[in-house]
Amino acid sequence: MSAVDLAQFHQVFFEESLEGLQAMESALLELDSGSDDPELVHTIFRAAHSIKGGSSTFGFSDVAAFTHVAESLLEEVRSGRRAVDAQITDLLLRSVDCLRLMLARSRDGEPAADAESEEIRQALAVLVGQDTGGAAKPAKAAAPAVPAIAGWHIDFKPLPHLFKTGNDPVRLFRELASLGEAFKVEQVFPLDDALPSLDACDPTQCHLGWKLRLDGDVARKQIDAVFDWLDGDAEITLTEIKAETTPESASSEPAKPSADTAPTAKDAAGEQGSGAAAPRSAGASSGDGGSIRVSIPKIDALINMVGELVITQSMLSEMGERFEDAAFEKLRDGLSQLERNTRELQESVMSIRMLPIGAAFNRFPRLVRDLERKLGKRVNLEMHGEHTELDKTVMEKIGDPLVHLVRNAIDHGLESPEERKAAGKHEVGTISLNAYHEGGNIVVEVKDDGKGLNRDAIASKAVERGLIRSAQGLSDDEVAELIFQPGFSTAAQTTDLSGRGVGMDVVRRNVNDLGGSVRVRSVHGEGSTFTIVLPLTLAIIDGLATAVGGERYIVPLTSIVESMQLKATDVRQLAGGGELFRFRDNYMPLVRLHKVFECEHAVTEVEKGIVVVVEGEGRQVGLFADELLGQQQAVVKSLEAHYRRIEGISGATILGDGSVALIVDITGVVRVSQQAHKAA
Amino acid sequence: MSEINHGTDLGSQHLTFSLAGEEYGVDILAVREIRGWSKVTRIPQTPAYVLGVLNLRGAIVPVMDLRLRFGLEREEYTDTTVTIVVAVGERLFGMVVDAVSDVLDTTADDIKPVPEMGKAVDTKYLKGLATRDERMVMLLDVEKMMRPEDLAAVEAALPAADKVEVAA
Repeated sequence: MSAVDLAQFHQVFFEESLEGLQAMESALLELDSGSDDPELVHTIFRAAHSIKGGSSTFGFSDVAAFTHVAESLLEEVRSGRRAVDAQITDLLLRSVDCLRLMLARSRDGEPAADAESEEIRQALAVLVGQDTGGAAKPAKAAAPAVPAIAGWHIDFKPLPHLFKTGNDPVRLFRELASLGEAFKVEQVFPLDDALPSLDACDPTQCHLGWKLRLDGDVARKQIDAVFDWLDGDAEITLTEIKAETTPESASSEPAKPSADTAPTAKDAAGEQGSGAAAPRSAGASSGDGGSIRVSIPKIDALINMVGELVITQSMLSEMGERFEDAAFEKLRDGLSQLERNTRELQESVMSIRMLPIGAAFNRFPRLVRDLERKLGKRVNLEMHGEHTELDKTVMEKIGDPLVHLVRNAIDHGLESPEERKAAGKHEVGTISLNAYHEGGNIVVEVKDDGKGLNRDAIASKAVERGLIRSAQGLSDDEVAELIFQPGFSTAAQTTDLSGRGVGMDVVRRNVNDLGGSVRVRSVHGEGSTFTIVLPLTLAIIDGLATAVGGERYIVPLTSIVESMQLKATDVRQLAGGGELFRFRDNYMPLVRLHKVFECEHAVTEVEKGIVVVVEGEGRQVGLFADELLGQQQAVVKSLEAHYRRIEGISGATILGDGSVALIVDITGVVRVSQQAHKAA
Repeated sequence: MSEINHGTDLGSQHLTFSLAGEEYGVDILAVREIRGWSKVTRIPQTPAYVLGVLNLRGAIVPVMDLRLRFGLEREEYTDTTVTIVVAVGERLFGMVVDAVSDVLDTTADDIKPVPEMGKAVDTKYLKGLATRDERMVMLLDVEKMMRPEDLAAVEAALPAADKVEVAA
């Protein structure tokens, strides 16, 4: 049984644990804000308990030891022996952070415990040891320090159905072995008087009991913890082996709390080379391919659709076998049915990757709470549209920009309570996060009711940084745009929250990389709203197929402003080799796609082609192509998978006839055309 | 069973093809597919020998003309022109060759080292020479042909060469 490689379950364990920590964190925050729903404490306790169980099963003993102490504290709260106060929630929130780090380290195969985790663990242990009846509780802290124990005889007599409860004696033994200095099975005995004969033997039943011996200074509590999960499925008798001579450690440091003894015991186990868990956890880190949880209804819908597809397919193939002209109409019906099936199937499959944005939002209550304390501001966080779904990849990448925006809003946007009162506002500021769908996009707004952007401060900073000569003639929106310029930061003093040089330009770049855009609207004295618009998914885009010299290129629809035909006289040559054309009241660069993509036989006369005005990274340019072929959906395929990145091309897609068309990367094309001009 | 073992232990099989009158071979384990020549989609900013990309069951695979790759004369594609799709690690690429010929069984002893030819002849894409019916077969090292660093080196070399000319 020990041959089962537990490493394959590590990924699931880590994911579940992180989910559990998330649940703990939100419940703790609710407790912190004054809720006294007993279910919250149960939620926290359950999460801690599962993490403890999982981590000890998989041999992450540091994590198990840490959660064990936290669990003990929670148990006291749960049973009503201890009231929740700010100190406890603070400490537990720190424990949650610490556990996240410990889990991450365990996943990377590093030792999970560090100085910080030890400090928190001790703080927890001290709390557990205190107040609630000095005699009973300190057992955990004091027992390992009693030096007289040389070891234990353990009679382990499981009930026959042990295996069915998911318990594995080998796993238990390994864990026991990791507690003490030496471990051996002294005797194996049949549970019934004799073992059943081989043909009558039921392999799902446990037929054996064990007499075990564990040497070392191990607390009874630690052993109990190992058997904790058996939950009455076995008869366990512990007999202490008294030390015959006093071990030297006994005299030296008998008073130290458990925090010190536990690691030594573990070190000892490690040195013996019994570290079965350690190398495996190292191996597990490589298999982190990322996974996703899918709701059953989504999968059911998918299966239904595949069923329909199979029916359509069999109908069509039957028709193909004895085809007659009269069946043409039926064939057309069948094909349109096939088309519908395919589209639905595609949508369903895509929806598997869609997750509610709440998963990205749920870190904010904690962030806001911490910032409130740190900055002495009072903030009310409102979140709307948490159920709005977006692609998992997009969600993973949008987290950091959102955090940055929320931090900025609290740090720079909201005023202190005094300032707010003086300005006639409620002293608690409001930050609202709002997500909703609009067309094929998801819109996320971060809104504050603070002081708004300071036009003069931004303008003078921009002049100082050489971004503009003067703010005269610039609209408020144009001034606000300046905060997205690289190297711009108006924070008068650099705090550890913002103003570290990375700023709004990084936010904009990250959002642009996802094919989205970010804008700011601000009213002085009333607050600012940052609006991020993102495509729902990166896997499929709506595009406009354009022809250039007999080749087809897909221009993403989201970046298209409009298309038009020009007269030769509309285009002006620039001295440096570039071209401009008049668009509304501005002159705009004209980028000839056939030059960027080195196409031969392309239309070169301006009248005969068409100009598509596109926007990328806040700039607009006109792309010159031969003609527009029409709108279509494109499944994005990577060029890098088998070749390499090409500047100006974001990927490729497969057209209806099986041939490949390239997808234009607007910002890349602009860059390439600029380089071409410089070179010329 | 023992015969198969014998084969894999001591030798290998090579798919041979002709290119400008010479015979070449690639390790058959690297070959994923042989397909008739069909038009590919050209991609910009690539060396001339990269003809473009094709759709191989949903994967976008680059295709190179092996004649151009080796600096040989370009030839019109005919009915026998084929694209051999080979895999290097996870990556796939296609090679356009004049025609496929045969499968050549070789043992380790059959493969002779490539003699040093001096700087004039680039032999780094060859891993050995074999003989079939008194004719020499050049065995290609496909890994060296499509390594990303190799591609990068080719491209880095192009503008660098331009600069040298300008400076001179």
